Amino acid sequence: MQRLGDFRLPPFFNYPPYFTLQPVRETREKQVQLWKDLILEYCRSQKIHTISLEEDFPLFSNPKIERSLSHEAKEVFLAALVSEGRAEWMDKGHKRCLILWLRIQDWANLIINFVKDNGLEVMTIEEIRSGIDTRGTELEGIERSVLMRALRQLEQKGKAAIFKGTSADDEGVKFSV
Amino acid sequence: MSSAAAADWLPSASVTASGRPVLSAGEVERNLLPLVDLEPEENPRLGALRGCLLALTSHRLIFLHESSRSARGLPLATVVHAYPPHRRHSHNPLRSLFSSSSSSSSSQHHRIRLQISLPPARSEVVAIVVTCKADVDVFFGRLLEAIRARAWEVSPAAAPSTGAPVTEGAAPAEDIAIRMPVVGVSGILRMEQESWESAGQNLQDAFQDLNALMSKAKEMMQLAEKMRLKLLTNSSTESNSNDEEMGSKQDMQDLLLSVGIVSPVTKETAGALYHQQLSLQLADFVRIPLERAGGMMALVDVYCLFNRARGTELISPEDLLQACSLWEKVDVPVMLRKFDSGVKVIQTKTHSDEEVFARISSLAQKPDALQKGISPSDAAFTLGIAPALAKEHLLNAENKGLLCRDVSPDGFRFFVNLFNEIDSQNIYTQNPHGLYHTWITVGMA
Repeated sequence: MQRLGDFRLPPFFNYPPYFTLQPVRETREKQVQLWKDLILEYCRSQKIHTISLEEDFPLFSNPKIERSLSHEAKEVFLAALVSEGRAEWMDKGHKRCLILWLRIQDWANLIINFVKDNGLEVMTIEEIRSGIDTRGTELEGIERSVLMRALRQLEQKGKAAIFKGTSADDEGVKFSV
Repeated sequence: MSSAAAADWLPSASVTASGRPVLSAGEVERNLLPLVDLEPEENPRLGALRGCLLALTSHRLIFLHESSRSARGLPLATVVHAYPPHRRHSHNPLRSLFSSSSSSSSSQHHRIRLQISLPPARSEVVAIVVTCKADVDVFFGRLLEAIRARAWEVSPAAAPSTGAPVTEGAAPAEDIAIRMPVVGVSGILRMEQESWESAGQNLQDAFQDLNALMSKAKEMMQLAEKMRLKLLTNSSTESNSNDEEMGSKQDMQDLLLSVGIVSPVTKETAGALYHQQLSLQLADFVRIPLERAGGMMALVDVYCLFNRARGTELISPEDLLQACSLWEKVDVPVMLRKFDSGVKVIQTKTHSDEEVFARISSLAQKPDALQKGISPSDAAFTLGIAPALAKEHLLNAENKGLLCRDVSPDGFRFFVNLFNEIDSQNIYTQNPHGLYHTWITVGMA
């Protein structure tokens, strides 16, 4: 089985037409669906939160069959993710894309369940992102902006309260489950 | 009248699949009248013909009953005398108001009387009644020319010599001409006049030569026809000819096919019927090349082939296009088709897109094609058609969802469409009997 890092690639990754933007509508829809799923799966497994169109992204080319996606194709697939709410453009020029392989809502649920299961009440932002408790979980290495948005959602529901510490690095959260 | 059968006192004439008269070797069309009747004037036992197309050729007057595609041919050799066209003046103008347009008692129609001598030794008088709007005088002029020319008597092997003595005659005439002074304005004018006259004479000589050339050309075409027939009989009797021999025979055949038409339909011979007759001649001509090309040919290729066969009297692209569009109105087995890309082709009506798709699909599923896909030239080679047409077929198949494109620095290739075979919920597994599985085992090797 072919791998990209430790990510298992599906067989159709070696199908040359997969890398050419298909003109026929029905075929195109199928192709877009496969790319959307693949991007999300890959990013989730490798914990990649952003894709930059100006840099090489390993998923977008296959040296084995000497094919890679054109700029237009990349834009089409990412735009499809954005329409579905699974991604967001980070700039007006559509050069960087935030990949939400979990929606903000899903992140919020994940966090609440995590703190419940582990009996945690107060944590700093940094602890959530890179502390001992979250090591090995999906929360490890979470993109800061994504985390903040999830916490703010929890805040609105009255399940958390964000507070500032003595310095900017010391932002923390108090959970009330 | 349902056919030309009534005039059984005339020899019958064969008609092509499209309804054009079949001409014999050396027979050339000279003029056409769209609608005539043929009335025997003296003998009531001879059947008349109504509502026929009249084709004057170098050998016959062919009366073609279009709807039944039957025809009768009156040999020009039997015409003893042709009377100039005249209109019968009716004493009763009211009668013409009540008579039908095809009735011969109408005073509006021209009548061309012919005295003919039918074998064994029967003399009859018949009249061609021209019931349509036409230039009857031009037709009559051509009729007289054709009768005078007696083309049916010319044996194919004879080399006609025309125009030889004329150039000789010009020189003495010039010598005899009084020499005028060559000084002053009158001298200059005189020189102008002389050079103009000699140019006129040269032109006349050239046309004489051209006539000689045209008859030579006719000979060449007859020779070519003989050779073609010989080839046909040879290839059918020989059972063990090797490939090389067949190849050169094929080349020969191609060459001869291109000089197949002896009597082109021209604006001159067909007048207002030009496009209609051209359209039918084209339908007849294109049948064999189409068959050999597998049922479909690019319009540009037909244009080249058709004009080559016509030799002189070339047709313009507009004429060709118009001729093709007229096919919609007649019952011919061919049609014009325009692809999405704009490419125009001529195809037989029985051509089936489905059949081509089936062949393309099976080609795309061969092991080589699963690995590397197919290019337009691969398809052209396998299907036996021109690469431009092959690309149209591939694009068509792509539109139907049978193929997918692969664009890369290596070029434009097509693969069988696997997207439909992939289960997006289960991307790591596949049906062990499916196309996707075959591709994984064979194509990714």
